Amino acid sequence: MTTRAADLPETVERAHPTPGAAARLRSRHLLGITGLEADEIILILDTAEAMKEIGGRAIKKVPTLRGRTVVNLFFEPSTRTRTSFEIAEKRLSADTLSIATATSSVTKGETLVDTVRNLEAMSPDMIVMRHASSGAPELLSRICRSTIINAGDGMHEHPTQALLDAFTIREHKRRLSGLKVAIVGDLLHSRVLRSNLRLLTTMGAEVWACGPATLMPAGIGRLGATATTSVDEAVEGADVVMLLRIQNERMHGHFIPSVREYFALFGMTPERVRRAKADVIVMHPGPMNRGVEIDSAVADAPYSVILEQVSNGVAVRMAVLYLLAGRDEGESE
Amino acid sequence: MRLLLKNGRVIDPANGRDGAFDVLIEDGQITRVEPNLPAEGAEIFEVAKGWIVTPGLIDLHVHLREPGQEHKETVATGVASAVAGGFTAVACMPNTDPINDHAGITQFILKKAAEAQLAHVYPIGAVSLGSKGDQLAELGEQKAAGCVAFTDDGRPVATALLMRRALEYAGMLGVPIVNHCEDPSLKGDGVAHEGYYASALGLRGIPGVSESLMVERDVSLAELTNGHVHVAHMSARQSLRAVRAGKDRGVRVTCEVAPHHFTLTDAALEAPVKYDTNLKMNPPLREEADRDAMLAGIADGTVDLIATDHAPHHADEKMLEFDRAPFGIVGLETAVSIVFDKLVHAGRITLKRMVELLSVNPARVFGIPGGALTPGSAADLTVLAPDVRTTIRASALKSKSKNTPFDGWELRGSVAATIVGGRIVYRNAQ
Repeated sequence: MTTRAADLPETVERAHPTPGAAARLRSRHLLGITGLEADEIILILDTAEAMKEIGGRAIKKVPTLRGRTVVNLFFEPSTRTRTSFEIAEKRLSADTLSIATATSSVTKGETLVDTVRNLEAMSPDMIVMRHASSGAPELLSRICRSTIINAGDGMHEHPTQALLDAFTIREHKRRLSGLKVAIVGDLLHSRVLRSNLRLLTTMGAEVWACGPATLMPAGIGRLGATATTSVDEAVEGADVVMLLRIQNERMHGHFIPSVREYFALFGMTPERVRRAKADVIVMHPGPMNRGVEIDSAVADAPYSVILEQVSNGVAVRMAVLYLLAGRDEGESE
Repeated sequence: MRLLLKNGRVIDPANGRDGAFDVLIEDGQITRVEPNLPAEGAEIFEVAKGWIVTPGLIDLHVHLREPGQEHKETVATGVASAVAGGFTAVACMPNTDPINDHAGITQFILKKAAEAQLAHVYPIGAVSLGSKGDQLAELGEQKAAGCVAFTDDGRPVATALLMRRALEYAGMLGVPIVNHCEDPSLKGDGVAHEGYYASALGLRGIPGVSESLMVERDVSLAELTNGHVHVAHMSARQSLRAVRAGKDRGVRVTCEVAPHHFTLTDAALEAPVKYDTNLKMNPPLREEADRDAMLAGIADGTVDLIATDHAPHHADEKMLEFDRAPFGIVGLETAVSIVFDKLVHAGRITLKRMVELLSVNPARVFGIPGGALTPGSAADLTVLAPDVRTTIRASALKSKSKNTPFDGWELRGSVAATIVGGRIVYRNAQ
């Protein structure tokens, strides 16, 4: 009702649309990278470029989502993603509300479906959700009228993370297709891996997945990655090296003998980075453990783009919110 | 009370019969099985052309949920579901609340079954008190109260030592130990078969080996003790191999497979409905190689019988995140149609083998009545309509719970009628 093409700031119109970009998103939800076609991914990345410009202004606010209500429903602790979504929503002038588990009804034994039905009774337009169970956004998308944006579900997907990673890679490399991307870390439990794997292979990149054999998901080859337990092999000639967090609790489940040994075998050191291409970029979705999966000398090196990823996250999330809201308009017309 | 089943094709493998016979029932017993019997005042049940008369079907793996979880199922609704599925007898699992580890609970279940007057109910008692895996339950008293086998189903018999003692003790009583084979450390908090689909969907995996490891243990222990172990709801190809090897060297091991494990694979978790909790059961739907191994085992005789693992859960309990929803699906009312469509009409097994899998062998494995249309035996029969097409409707199930993944499936083959103790307790309206 509030968003019409005419209302959009000039800058949202993509100055140089990439050939092959879609006109609009096909689904009303963003549940994962699975389900997005290449042209939709390009559309989001192109739109994010325009959004990034807004973030560089003195007045970082446009009226695009004025009158829209967005609920950030986080059933799992998160600082970075939730903040990033909140800033994106505020820059688009949406009315936002963030709910964390500790203050919600789930602790009183209410089911997820009931919690969300109650929220829906108050007519939000979008629900951005994070949940520890894989598939929770899928479940809600079947019963909700609101648009559901997945901000991370269990070990399944974290689509906006993969989109901001792709955006950052594209800024540096001007392309995704044909790049060698090495992803190193806890592959088994990582939703970031799964979303990135889908996005990058859809866009024609070559993905190498590397980690200890105990943290290698079954059937990873069929997911599109070349799997290896050798960091040197994964990093050799890579355009992008992406590290995944090793969570402390993995030390207690027979997965890894010790932090020390993990760092010795898989930790990303300047020596290892040297095997990659000269113009390599190093990425990490955060929060990172210095001295576990990444040496500080790498985290703080000129080729590290870790903080750029964080800034780009806001622009990408603005793009997603904008495109999904705009899509709603199309539906009702 | 006399009932005459006219003009049916009788398939009664135990008596070597397959042909046109009439069956005369008097006072709840089968009295004559011969061609062209005269009516002589008996009520006539005209068996339609193409229909089949078999000894009553028996399901050895059913959860009736009573006592304690009557919101999911009761003995009464469970046996109503059983007869609607063609089963004249079911064996019910002890993982009720409280666990069936005492004669009083067995007697309670039998009393409820007697009141319902539909299918026969054969309780299976717990191996250990509370199925906790510590103290052997009073198996002798439980057998005297009516238990026909023992299991800690829902969980494995915890230790090799307890399994050894249970096999020895139950062997003395002449009854089998049924085991839910699963190595708990390998299962962990898994919710789906470990493989591509679990990885793609971000679900924690349960490898097939978590099952077969314990099947191998139990085959070795059955060999040591000369006891009889029955492997419940077998799903993994490695387990089949272990059972086959055990049988080859004469170990007293038998096994069952559930319809979902020879029909579906883990690919169903991805489409058409992602994360459908009606596809969550334990053991999980496995990959194609496992499903095909189950089909091969059913065809070659390694698999002794088909049992449904009928596990009712309330809709509210299934309307949860996949990893939080309970394991299990209902199966009593869908089994016959699936067996017809996916096994008989698919050319994998004969009608005779179908009757062995669903009636003759279940009776033999648990040593319970039935499995044969022998004059003098109780008149428990099932009339099957192999060519009647049916559409499964979850909402139409007689079970109190509707948690089936087969809703909307169109299948060829159906139950026409179920007769228990000479009474027609179910007649298909179609």
